[in-house]
Amino acid sequence: MITFQDVSKTYAGAGGRAALTNVSLSVAPGEVFGVIGASGAGKSTLIRLINGLEKASGGKVVVDGDDVAALGVEGLRSLRRRVGMIFQHFNLLSSKTVAGNVAFPLKLAGRPDAEVKARTAELLARVGLSDFAGKYPAQLSGGQKQRVGIARALATGPKVLLCDEATSALDPETTEQILELVSNLNRELGLTIVLITHEMDVVRRVCDRVAVLEGGGVVEEGAVEDVFLHPTSATARRFVMEADGVPADGALVGGRVVRLTFRGEATYKPILGVVARETGVDYSILGGRIHRLRETPYGQLTLSLTGGDVEAAIARFQADGVRVDLITEAGR
Amino acid sequence: MSAFMENIDWSEIGQATLDTLSMLGGSMVLTVIFGLPLGVILFLTGKGQMLQNRVANGVLSLAVNILRSVPFVILLIVMIPLTVTLVGTSLGVAGAIPPLVVGAAPFFARLVETALREVDKGVIEASFAMGAKRRQVVLGALLPEAMPGLIAAATVTAIALVSYTAMAGVVGAGGLGDLAIRFGYQRFQTDVMVVTVVLLLVLVQALQMVGDAVVRRVSHR
Repeated sequence: MITFQDVSKTYAGAGGRAALTNVSLSVAPGEVFGVIGASGAGKSTLIRLINGLEKASGGKVVVDGDDVAALGVEGLRSLRRRVGMIFQHFNLLSSKTVAGNVAFPLKLAGRPDAEVKARTAELLARVGLSDFAGKYPAQLSGGQKQRVGIARALATGPKVLLCDEATSALDPETTEQILELVSNLNRELGLTIVLITHEMDVVRRVCDRVAVLEGGGVVEEGAVEDVFLHPTSATARRFVMEADGVPADGALVGGRVVRLTFRGEATYKPILGVVARETGVDYSILGGRIHRLRETPYGQLTLSLTGGDVEAAIARFQADGVRVDLITEAGR
Repeated sequence: MSAFMENIDWSEIGQATLDTLSMLGGSMVLTVIFGLPLGVILFLTGKGQMLQNRVANGVLSLAVNILRSVPFVILLIVMIPLTVTLVGTSLGVAGAIPPLVVGAAPFFARLVETALREVDKGVIEASFAMGAKRRQVVLGALLPEAMPGLIAAATVTAIALVSYTAMAGVVGAGGLGDLAIRFGYQRFQTDVMVVTVVLLLVLVQALQMVGDAVVRRVSHR
């Protein structure tokens, strides 16, 4: 549905800052694809290349069969009707009512009034805001505003939905509801979704695959399970540890910091105590969670191991089907 | 001391009030017709905007600054030949309108530019992302979003025009300002001065109240 081939973007002007360098990605139809990165990593540029709000300086972006750079004014407008977008700060028109905002893209496309009216009502029902049609955005809560944003983005029946930090301005509970809605849209409408975020939790909850962006390049990409449970790049590891509430600087606590990942049966074994007794290793728990990664239950603990036979302890964990990732070496 | 109101000729005051109102109305309409597009172009050609153009923006900006820096009394006088060409006379209500518009339109254009800058850039970006053409973005998003600011700008401009019309009295435009100068000032008829000033004050007050009410009405922030 979306492919990036060796895409670079350099902003004109003093210094000529490179926002993206040689990014290659591909997003399959019907997939929820996450892009995670710190601010300044280039994710906001990346998402804007998809609907032509930014132009690539090099490489090629192909969306729904169209080479975005090669499109003329009309072609670009047609593409933008096939690619909806929602924003961190919602970007609703404060001068228009809720219904007026949802109807806006339809009016821009020159659809007849009767169709605009019917479609607007249908979309508002879908996002659960039928009773708010006559209200203005200023009268809504953040979550309601984002629902209006979603209804508006869906108005022209797009195949792709771009989410630009769509939940970053919302509280945790509202974030949950919006992600739920986005997930449903993906399932029910077969919508391809690209979302950018700086929160690993958002990726964990809704994405199928994720790319980790750092300094304008993709440092890691793969299925969310793999990246989340076994991050290979330093950047991905930092995001995962942040999501676990583990201090990013593991060295502060001393000992050897390891992350244990339990899946399936291993999750329920009293393995920590067993291993500690057998190998004489002491452990302190730095962070962890027992959760579901979409459908799969899993447990993950970050431990600092000290004393005893640390190597034997690690081998013992592995023998029991627990995956062990080394976060820091001993003595650092 | 003679009776306070002895110099007042109410029919003359009534006529002068009408003249002031028609100068104000006529020049306000034309000021919006010329100033609004000028302000929109100033904004759109500005840095980082959709029609960014340093040369066009620089030239327009300079022209606006030149017109704004000329004191209105001087503008009234230097414009006489142009005014005569345009409306056939430099006197009366008709003769006052061209200099009023030339004086107020650049002022209004700057206020329009400022009001447009207040519009959230995200809303403009979202409109483009929805497949809007530039024209649709300007007419469908930018101007409606800026409406409270534009109305406030029009109110300030209308009030500035009231004082300009009073100055236009100097070159024979008629109206309340003319009465104040010819009778109130030159003939020491304090009562005429007081009545005209009170009427101007009422006019300004009414404009401000109406303007504020409309701003409240169109603002949904």
